[in-house]
Amino acid sequence: MTDRPTSLPDRDISARLCEQVGEAHERHAPLRIVGGDTRAFYGRPVEADPLDVAEHRGIIHYDPVELIVTARAGTPLEDLEAALAEHHQMLSFEPPRFGPQSTLGGAVASGMAGPRRPWAGATRDLVLGSRVITQQGKLLRFGGEVMKNVAGYDMSRLMTGAQGTLGVLADVSFKVLPRPAAHCDLRLAMPLDEALSRLARLGRRPLPITAAAWYDGELLLRLEGGRSSVDATRQELGGETLEPGFWQALRDLRHDFFTLSPGQSLWRLSLPPNTAPLTLDDSHSDTLYDWAGCQRFVKTSLEDEAVRRACSAVGGHATCYTPAAQGGSDSPFTPLHPVVEKHHRRLKEQLDARGIFNPGRLYAAF
Amino acid sequence: MNIQYDEAIDGALAPFAKADVLSDLQHRIPTLRLLHREEDLRPFECDGLAAYRVLPMLVAMPDNLADVETLLARCHALGVPVVTRGAGTGLSGGALPLERGVLLVMSRFQEIIDIDPDARTARLQPGVRNLAISEAAAPYGLYYAPDPSSQIACSIGGNVAENAGGVHCLKYGLTVHNVVRVEVITIEGERMSLGAEALDAPGFDLLALFNGSEGMLGVITEITVRLLPLPEVAKVLMASFDDVEKAGEAVGDIIAAGIIPGGLEMMDRLAIQAAEDFVHAGYPLDASAILLCELDGVLADVDDDCATVRGVLEKAGATEIRQARDDAERAVFWSGRKNAFPAVGRLSPDYYCMDGTIPRRELPRVLNGIAEISRESGLRVANVFHAGDGNMHPLILFDANREGELELAEDVGGRILELCVNAGGSITGEHGVGREKINQMCSQFDADEITVFHALKAAFDPKTLLNPGKNIPTLARCAEFGAMHVHHNQLPHPELPRF
Ligand SMILES: Cc1cc2nc3c(=O)[nH]c(=O)nc-3n(C[C@H](O)[C@H](O)[C@H](O)COP(=O)(O)OP(=O)(O)OC[C@H]3O[C@@H](n4cnc5c(N)ncnc54)[C@H](O)[C@@H]3O)c2cc1C
Repeated sequence: MTDRPTSLPDRDISARLCEQVGEAHERHAPLRIVGGDTRAFYGRPVEADPLDVAEHRGIIHYDPVELIVTARAGTPLEDLEAALAEHHQMLSFEPPRFGPQSTLGGAVASGMAGPRRPWAGATRDLVLGSRVITQQGKLLRFGGEVMKNVAGYDMSRLMTGAQGTLGVLADVSFKVLPRPAAHCDLRLAMPLDEALSRLARLGRRPLPITAAAWYDGELLLRLEGGRSSVDATRQELGGETLEPGFWQALRDLRHDFFTLSPGQSLWRLSLPPNTAPLTLDDSHSDTLYDWAGCQRFVKTSLEDEAVRRACSAVGGHATCYTPAAQGGSDSPFTPLHPVVEKHHRRLKEQLDARGIFNPGRLYAAF
Repeated sequence: MNIQYDEAIDGALAPFAKADVLSDLQHRIPTLRLLHREEDLRPFECDGLAAYRVLPMLVAMPDNLADVETLLARCHALGVPVVTRGAGTGLSGGALPLERGVLLVMSRFQEIIDIDPDARTARLQPGVRNLAISEAAAPYGLYYAPDPSSQIACSIGGNVAENAGGVHCLKYGLTVHNVVRVEVITIEGERMSLGAEALDAPGFDLLALFNGSEGMLGVITEITVRLLPLPEVAKVLMASFDDVEKAGEAVGDIIAAGIIPGGLEMMDRLAIQAAEDFVHAGYPLDASAILLCELDGVLADVDDDCATVRGVLEKAGATEIRQARDDAERAVFWSGRKNAFPAVGRLSPDYYCMDGTIPRRELPRVLNGIAEISRESGLRVANVFHAGDGNMHPLILFDANREGELELAEDVGGRILELCVNAGGSITGEHGVGREKINQMCSQFDADEITVFHALKAAFDPKTLLNPGKNIPTLARCAEFGAMHVHHNQLPHPELPRF
């Protein structure tokens, strides 16, 4: 039952990558780890020699019956997802693609997830294992191709979202899931307050909702699951059919909303469930609600401080998606609590003593 | 053989005296309940792995976080190791005390701090029992999905520390997938909050790192879990097979049909017979294996899925398929599986539970290998199995009172785990490494990988005072005991016959 799609070339350059990392370590020379370079906007710029992972590509092992795929970090997301689609399977966390070059390594390193995240889990929830190139240029395996594994610490999940600051992801194993049998997208005209309270009520019931957004006077829903339950839910909720492609456009930040006016920056707010609209959702700002309100994109001319203060007041955090060079924040991620930060620095010292892996990408200090 | 902390291989400890530590703690934390007399320490000498027993130096039973903070800071200053204990149901000796260490018992922290039905979260103290969460959430139509068989007793703090699993984890995830935030106190006595009420937090995913960290990185003092809406309906099918291999293949066929069951469990003949004797669940005594397949969700979908699964099972060669008529019968079907451990326990004075995981496709080969080891050793092995996610629980039956049988059982267990690693699996899927599998870690990981684990540990516990001698072996230990190293499916001497 093992399949390797023949259309995808398999190219293993891990030995070369290890050598490059080993040399950089020797010379104390920092590296900028690059896959498709489509996520450079996400995080602080790294001034260093590139370590090009894109050539390290291909699906190493795909077993649809085991629900597991292992692929090299440079594999284009598009290719990987196409291979899964042949078997009616998917990466359920819906990693955003910012172009055909977007790689799986970049997706895992950034840890971004699409509209299905609140229902299907985050990137790290579906990561089962990885092979990682460490500071000494060694290729090591953590986790693997089994659903459950609690031997040792969960290095693979730690690497997810660490943006390459702790090591180089060489390949990653994921749990994949069957594509839902039935699917239907809805739009319901509805003011924001009503949409948010409706979502809270719906969330307490076992309904086949797998995406929920609000923008410009409309609640937008995706239903996925068994045919019977999707039909029944659609009946109950009413509304009209949403044009196809909406969720992909939202996932990939291609929706019209994401066009900025001069002086605006794009922010992503991550907030606890049922957070009321923030006071910054005012004349300076325009907000699109995703993840049933837990993820909000805000176009705003407000200062960093104002955005962050509003988020932390309700237990959330804010990330600036507009690079500093284009007028965005020069510290895009929310500063860490001092004790948490201390442990981040210690981890970085342990796993990257010479600061060669994407230094300063997350925070200026490490 | 593994039981006692061995300073020569597990690492040297600071030269403190029990009396000094006791008076220091009594003096500085007058409100702390401290046990120090042998008769008071005795009940804490083991966790769920009762074959391993060590009397702790002291037992601390705090009931407030300020005391935990001071206790940890003092132990840090004095160089005294700390072993944290939840409910003590762990099966790998993770909460096994140290003769020269403090056992920090978190079971007095029993409060369900808050349930937020709209956010679908529960905030809990670490000593809250797993089942108590779902009971408290039920009035809101919600529940906490991970359901270890020990759920009436085990604590949520211990669940996080072990990344515990359960029957429903195939569809709803392990503990790590259902915890959104933890509060931690470090060995230096500092508090930190990991994760968030929001769906993510800035920085590294330290929350994921703490799941399954076995009390090695910090003490978990509060947990916020995600609750799920109770499914509208759940139905369970029981299929009998005259051949274990066919049952194993049926598991893959169900998944291949695009269905992720709420639970998918398998039991072999010995386990079936034991369970049937114990709880009379109506299991077929003549079957070589049974599969229990639970389908849950919205009524209409569940009916569709039941029909699909029935078809798959028939095609896979099931000799009998029964569907529970109602929730009462569903509970009866599950009762055999949920009581499988104690049921097997009735067959033999002692049993030893293994926890290896394998890719599902390796199931027939590994089961045959286990049968072979069983025959060769003369010890019976019953198999209970989270089949859907490849997590095996071979139960090795033995009698500790017979000279050498415990050692034989350990040896059989070790060989079964090496079989799992050799099949591309792991030595533990949910019970953890603890003290028990410390030597087998040297089979699954090489020296460089183990060095990375020590580096991770050093970022949180530079003096290695938290649960020393557990979870990650020293390289000295691997040099001494980890002689056979199976890595990346390459056996050291492939030409030699095995089993
Ligand atoms: C009959 C039986 C059936 C079982 N079935 C299952 C099952 O289906 N699935 C499963 O996963 N497990 C199962 N177990 C194993 C066990 O119940 C789980 O590992 C459980 O998570 C342990 O919880 P506990 O509170 O008893 O922890 P303990 O045994 O007290 O401790 C376990 C580990 O966690 C650490 N720890 C505990 N509390 C904290 C804390 N607050 N902070 C930091 N570290 C802490 C300890 O140091 C130790 O390393 C079973 C056990 C039994 C006896």
